[in-house]
Amino acid sequence: MDLAFSPAELAFREEVRAFLAEHLPDDLREKVRNRRELKRDDYLRWHRILHRKGWVAGWWPEEHGGCGWTPAERHIFDEECHNADAPPILPFGLQMVGPVIYTFGSQAQKDFFLPKLLSGEHWWCQGYSEPGSGSDLASLKTSAVRDGDEYVVNGQKIWTSLAHYADWIFCLVRTASDGKQQEGITFLLIDMKSPGVTVRPIHLMDRGHHVNEVFFEDVRVPVENRIGEENKGWTYAKFLLGNERAGIAEVAWNKKLLRRLKEIAFSEQADGRPLIEDDVFSRKVAETEVKLTSLEYCNLRVLAEMQEGSPPGGEASMLKLLGSEVTQSITELTVEALGYYAAPYDMPDETPGSNRTPVGPDHAEGVLGQHLFMRAITIAGGSSEIQKNIIAKMVLGL
Amino acid sequence: MDFNLSEDQQLLKDSVDRFIQNEYDFETRRKIANSDEGFSRKNWKTFAELGWLAVGLPEEHGGFGGPVETMVIMEGIGRGLLTEPYLPTVVLGGGLIAEAGNETQKSGILSAIADGSCMVAFAYAEPTSRFNLADVATKAEKSGGGWKLSGHKSVVYGAPSADKIIVSARTSGGQRDRDGVSLFIVDNNANGLSRRDYPTADGLRASEVMLEGVEVGADALLGEEGKAMPVIEKVVDRGIAALCAEAVGCMEVLKDETNEYLKTRKQFGVPIGKFQVLQHRMVDCFIELEQSRSMAYMVTLKLDEDEAERRKAATAAKAQIGKGGVFVGAESVQMHGGMGMTDELKISHYYKRLMQIDTMFGNRDYQLKQFAALTQ
Ligand SMILES: Cc1cc2nc3c(=O)[nH]c(=O)nc-3n(C[C@H](O)[C@H](O)[C@H](O)COP(=O)(O)OP(=O)(O)OC[C@H]3O[C@@H](n4cnc5c(N)ncnc54)[C@H](O)[C@@H]3O)c2cc1C
Repeated sequence: MDLAFSPAELAFREEVRAFLAEHLPDDLREKVRNRRELKRDDYLRWHRILHRKGWVAGWWPEEHGGCGWTPAERHIFDEECHNADAPPILPFGLQMVGPVIYTFGSQAQKDFFLPKLLSGEHWWCQGYSEPGSGSDLASLKTSAVRDGDEYVVNGQKIWTSLAHYADWIFCLVRTASDGKQQEGITFLLIDMKSPGVTVRPIHLMDRGHHVNEVFFEDVRVPVENRIGEENKGWTYAKFLLGNERAGIAEVAWNKKLLRRLKEIAFSEQADGRPLIEDDVFSRKVAETEVKLTSLEYCNLRVLAEMQEGSPPGGEASMLKLLGSEVTQSITELTVEALGYYAAPYDMPDETPGSNRTPVGPDHAEGVLGQHLFMRAITIAGGSSEIQKNIIAKMVLGL
Repeated sequence: MDFNLSEDQQLLKDSVDRFIQNEYDFETRRKIANSDEGFSRKNWKTFAELGWLAVGLPEEHGGFGGPVETMVIMEGIGRGLLTEPYLPTVVLGGGLIAEAGNETQKSGILSAIADGSCMVAFAYAEPTSRFNLADVATKAEKSGGGWKLSGHKSVVYGAPSADKIIVSARTSGGQRDRDGVSLFIVDNNANGLSRRDYPTADGLRASEVMLEGVEVGADALLGEEGKAMPVIEKVVDRGIAALCAEAVGCMEVLKDETNEYLKTRKQFGVPIGKFQVLQHRMVDCFIELEQSRSMAYMVTLKLDEDEAERRKAATAAKAQIGKGGVFVGAESVQMHGGMGMTDELKISHYYKRLMQIDTMFGNRDYQLKQFAALTQ
């Protein structure tokens, strides 16, 4: 057993760090640090900088435009990016649909989509959930009916993150309704500009516009935009979920959130002393840090197994559960640290009536909004309850 | 022992229920909360007509009722998630003046509160005071025949609409001494007073209140110079009891709505309430609500006991409802899945209010500490 990273891995860490120091624009760094809402252009600017370096999807195989990073290298890269307050690379294109395309797609699909995914020309969103199908995804109803060389799609998706920015959406649609639910689902790539696609915003409790409803009304999708075989979409969807779960523990990001919490707790006062010296508060921060440390080592063990070639199974659910709980306790403690100053509400940029100058100390900016939004991480991407069902069934055989 | 409402109290409750039912459905509430002032002057007038603004004030100044009547109203305010500044004006403002005011102050202001013509805010917190009410850096210095106030009061609920702001300020002693804190009644438009107003996350309105050499007369002093802490604590304990009742109202709505959702929302071909893990959590919410309701009754009935008993009751009750409220709020969001995250459903709004209720006058950790100190 050995905890150390290899010399090559350490050298890679140095290289990433130096790159970030030189190329991450200060204004983006500030925006991320102060929890401001990132816009389409902010994400894309950073995406393009990484693309120029060849690192935007470093973990992709080299033949598809990646660098073939090992899981450890990918972990190091993520860690350094978070430490530097770089904007996140959104998962929908590079992490979710990209690997599906290069694994199951036709040559024409690879040639057309992969370069545009890497360059940032195509912004993707994920059309899985429907009003009646959330946790029970396989019950989805949006239908695709074959008509010559096209599918005609009708139905509705919901909770589609950042669909208002997207050029393309990858969808699960129903192509057969007899037999097992899972066996009548097809994986389609749909151009958001197709006639009949409408996007309607949903505002969440932080009043931000993160998610949408997407409506399909007689939308015609060429058959060549189908991934793999008709009615086999569930297989690709499951493969995609497996990918979604790599890095799901968000250790590096949680560490950053914890550091910010401590900075805030050092500068807030309670009875004339820094809040961090308050017994009860410091105990809660310590408990959270211990939990984060256990998460980190659970994650490293899974990573080491992945290095040896075994993909995470039920462990991924455990990492998601722990990671989301840690995040929620950190953001909750950060809100608590601010006392009354969590209440003044600074809405995301450009919302009508937004009060951009934060009320209270500068470090109060965005804290409550972030906490409110983070209530979603135990719901989205498979709720905590569903993760527990998976562990009970897959790992414990119950 | 009797936990029933008297006939008059029941009538009051009926009037509150009727008002919420007829005048405060959630869409109306949303419009009111998003309006410029964030509450409705028309409703305020109705409250005056219904007598709600006189509750808990001394009878000789037109008041009626006491803690139980306040509880009945505040529970309704919680159920309807009302944004009208009842707590700052009637419970805190009216309470402080009734408790510490001289005859002129009382007769000048209390009946004006009762008839709806005067709104009040209580400015106690400061940027570094956290929850300690005695941590007061704002200074009041003798000046001419009166006083000159300087300092920064933070997150003052109800200040944007208040006619009078009651300010805690230090007339002697060190920043966290219990002795030396005094109260002053300041006109909201006084020279040297400036505000930065903002909406709070729970849809209310608050301000940063800056006092830069605000000159007030000797008659602005409320109560005895330097001896305000016991008065502040007494009235804040009433505020705590009122908040407990409001939280119970909020939790009740969340419990009912979530319970209903579990029965109607189907996944995997069954109502999600068939999943035992959700049943148990719904049961936990129910138990938190019942504990909180019991504590709200307890603290309400102990408000007039001696100081030690009253403080114990208030800290215990606030610790319970702070924890219980946030728990029920977060669980309700979680059990609603994506729908619970939306601005459209009421769920998230009640959750946000319960988060602020936990913070107000000191969160659960703070109250537990106070309780421990009182019971050791
Ligand atoms: C911010 C956000 C972003 C999202 N982004 C996307 C996106 O980009 N694309 C996309 O397709 N989807 C997205 N989603 C949707 C997300 O995946 C669903 O919300 C999630 O799967 C839960 O489904 P639901 O909301 O319908 O809740 P429901 O399935 O109705 O669940 C309600 C409650 O019941 C519980 N429950 C359900 N079934 C069981 C069971 N068998 N046992 C125990 N408990 C159970 C759930 O855990 C939850 O607490 C997003 C959601 C959010 C909130």
